[in-house]
Amino acid sequence: MSDNVLKVEGVAKAFGGVQALKGVSLEIEKGEIHCLAGENGCGKSTLIKVISGVHEPDAGTIEIEGRRFARLAPMQAIALGVQVIYQDFSVFPNLSVMENLALNMEVMDHRVFMNYRRAKAIAAHAVSQIGFDVDLDERVETLAVADRQLIAICRALLQNSKLIIMDEPTAALTKREVKALFGVIKDLQSRGISILFVSHKLDEVFEISERFTILRGGENVASGSTRELDRRAFALYMTGREFADASYRPAAAPGPPVLSVRNLTRRGAYTNISFDLAPGEILGITGLLGSGRTELVETIFGVVQPDSGSIEIGGKPARLRSVRAAIRAGVGYVPSDRLTEGLFLPQTIERNLVVAVLERLSGWLGVLRRQAVVETTERWIADLSIATKDPSLPVRTLSGGNQQKVVLARWLANDLKVLILNGPTMGVDIGSKYDIHALIRGLAEHGLAVVIVSDDLPEVLACASRIVVMQNGAFVQELDPASTTETKLGELSTGVA
Amino acid sequence: MTAITAAAGGRARRSRDENVIRLLGLLVFVFVLMTILRPAQFATLADFNSMMRQFPEYGIMAIGMSLTMITGGIDLGVVGAANLSAIVAAKFLVAAVPPGAPPQQVVPYLVAAVGLALATGLACGAFAGILIARFNIPAILATLGTQQLYTGIAIGITSGRPQSHLPLLYSKVGNTEFLNFFPLSFILFVAIAVAAGFMLSRTRFGTSLYMIGTNAQAASYAGLTNASILLRTYMISGFLSSVAGLIMMARANSAKAEYGVPYTLQCVLIAVLGGIDPYGGSGNIAGVTLAILILQFLSSGLNMFNNVSNFYRDVIWGGVLLLVLVVNRFLSRRSERRAVLKAS
Repeated sequence: MSDNVLKVEGVAKAFGGVQALKGVSLEIEKGEIHCLAGENGCGKSTLIKVISGVHEPDAGTIEIEGRRFARLAPMQAIALGVQVIYQDFSVFPNLSVMENLALNMEVMDHRVFMNYRRAKAIAAHAVSQIGFDVDLDERVETLAVADRQLIAICRALLQNSKLIIMDEPTAALTKREVKALFGVIKDLQSRGISILFVSHKLDEVFEISERFTILRGGENVASGSTRELDRRAFALYMTGREFADASYRPAAAPGPPVLSVRNLTRRGAYTNISFDLAPGEILGITGLLGSGRTELVETIFGVVQPDSGSIEIGGKPARLRSVRAAIRAGVGYVPSDRLTEGLFLPQTIERNLVVAVLERLSGWLGVLRRQAVVETTERWIADLSIATKDPSLPVRTLSGGNQQKVVLARWLANDLKVLILNGPTMGVDIGSKYDIHALIRGLAEHGLAVVIVSDDLPEVLACASRIVVMQNGAFVQELDPASTTETKLGELSTGVA
Repeated sequence: MTAITAAAGGRARRSRDENVIRLLGLLVFVFVLMTILRPAQFATLADFNSMMRQFPEYGIMAIGMSLTMITGGIDLGVVGAANLSAIVAAKFLVAAVPPGAPPQQVVPYLVAAVGLALATGLACGAFAGILIARFNIPAILATLGTQQLYTGIAIGITSGRPQSHLPLLYSKVGNTEFLNFFPLSFILFVAIAVAAGFMLSRTRFGTSLYMIGTNAQAASYAGLTNASILLRTYMISGFLSSVAGLIMMARANSAKAEYGVPYTLQCVLIAVLGGIDPYGGSGNIAGVTLAILILQFLSSGLNMFNNVSNFYRDVIWGGVLLLVLVVNRFLSRRSERRAVLKAS
């Protein structure tokens, strides 16, 4: 008997005709922080659900603390000490902190009535375990995302957990919150609790975990000690492709600016912003959520209006009173939330591609020119190598990376001067990420002026020809990506330095 | 890929055709059933002629309703707008046309009355559109309010009495039959259905309706002018309501604030049965037209059973509506699963 808390062997699972897991193995030692990585659709989530008893595997065994199972019920998994903290944390936003913490215990004990005093004691005990300072009567929906996550962790600890699985816990956290979370994870580890940390962010994998397992296409591709892993190998395991690290330089010396922003101010969002952007340049804007970066770029796209200041596009003053006016002026915008702001999920790929240029593709009385629509669609699918068999399929059927290419292509079909991308590769897997980066660089080389807003510091460093750091609505520093490190950039954008 | 496929239809072509084929099957089934049960009455020329007089009035309103539902809204004010428009036209005719005037003198008054009715319909739609597009009031509440408001105004200006004593020429023109068989109202319905179908599938405006209905926020980020598009949609619905109102006025030879009250529910039923997604973003006029015919066959057929009281009609329509909603939910879940499988 080894000191494994969890040992998964040869687990297979199919949904309909899709084989999500093809005989996957995973071993987690007692008190270990283990990272499970892989691109979207590699089977990570399915594996977690098999371990926590949500899905029944078609083949293989799960061994928890030496007891073997061919299948598990969710309650059984919990009783054995396996807890999952999902991306949405599964907390009840309309209930108080105390109720969220105590409710599970009450239900597990088959109690019919809540006892306020007992609940308070349970909750107080739970938060004290990780030294989490929070008002127990606060409603959870008023808390920050990071705090909600800590509540989910506290709740997991109440159940005498031996293994806590965290499904992409850092997706919605700021750098500082990630640091705090890592502190909590290390603390749990020191108490002998094992952590399975699911992530596809390389830096986090390096920072927190001791061993890793990488899945691709429902199979194990690599596992071992994190110390022996480097950036290049990680990307190779995840995608099966080789990538070169590169940083971008404009092909030619920048000419006269195509976009000039002067003393732009919007109260409560940003103040006195000025910058110039020449064709072929890629400006990276980084900063925390709430630093005013999204409001700034949405002003250039006509979504919100500035209180004062001016914008010039192509040497002419631009009055961007509406999105339509901005589009006419030659601005394109890839919004930060692809699913709610960018895509029309059940609509065809074709419609998603042409929606911003319908005017251009229609004639008298707004009658669409079918031929032009088909040609435009085919052209951009080919140019951006969007992987689809048929543009009349819903755009929902595409992978995240291909969906993002569709949103991007929408603007390329227009006469574009300035392209703004807000978080261009959020939630996109590594392979598509590199493709999108290459695409953005290619567009800049063809003379497009590009603005990238991103938290993803390696992304900003790899793509931008200039970087500005935004803090509390102001540009605090301009940097040259060639002479900046990720650490320095991180410190500047969080204001730690 | 043929020319009509993708952007024209919205959702993937397969599921769209499936829905139309399903409805066609249902139509044939109802038709055969009624023909077998009532061979002497159903499916006779006289029966067809009478059906063609009945369905255009609510069919035209159902098309307006469908357009608003594609944008993710609804227009419960169609019947109110129809009656108010008809009453405005009727009041004008009664007041303006000198008694005993010869037909050639009446014609300009008729033209003016029709123009007034259509303008009233546009105004009714515009009002609802402003509430929804500018003030962001949920369409279901805004149009519940407008329905009440328009009906109230109509009752107020008529004291609830039917407006009759219209010039004879109006109902004569309104009840014209082409080739002694096709009523004018039927011709109008066909023209409107074809125009609406073309607009939805082949124009920029039609595409915009689907996009807004699918994701209004993404639509505004793509540069669509949501407020103006919604306003125009409700104006079209109001306009079509006034056409329906004029048809009802010709058939009854009068206008009244409370004509066609059950049509509201029936229009929703038609739209949903016809495959318009109540959450917006999908559906087409072919499906809606088939749903109109299915309902008319059912309704005419039921009329031929003396033991089925008219009181059961509400039970039947309500039941069918709920059943269709449940079945559609089930079918869309299945087709979604299939689409995912197909793409992977």
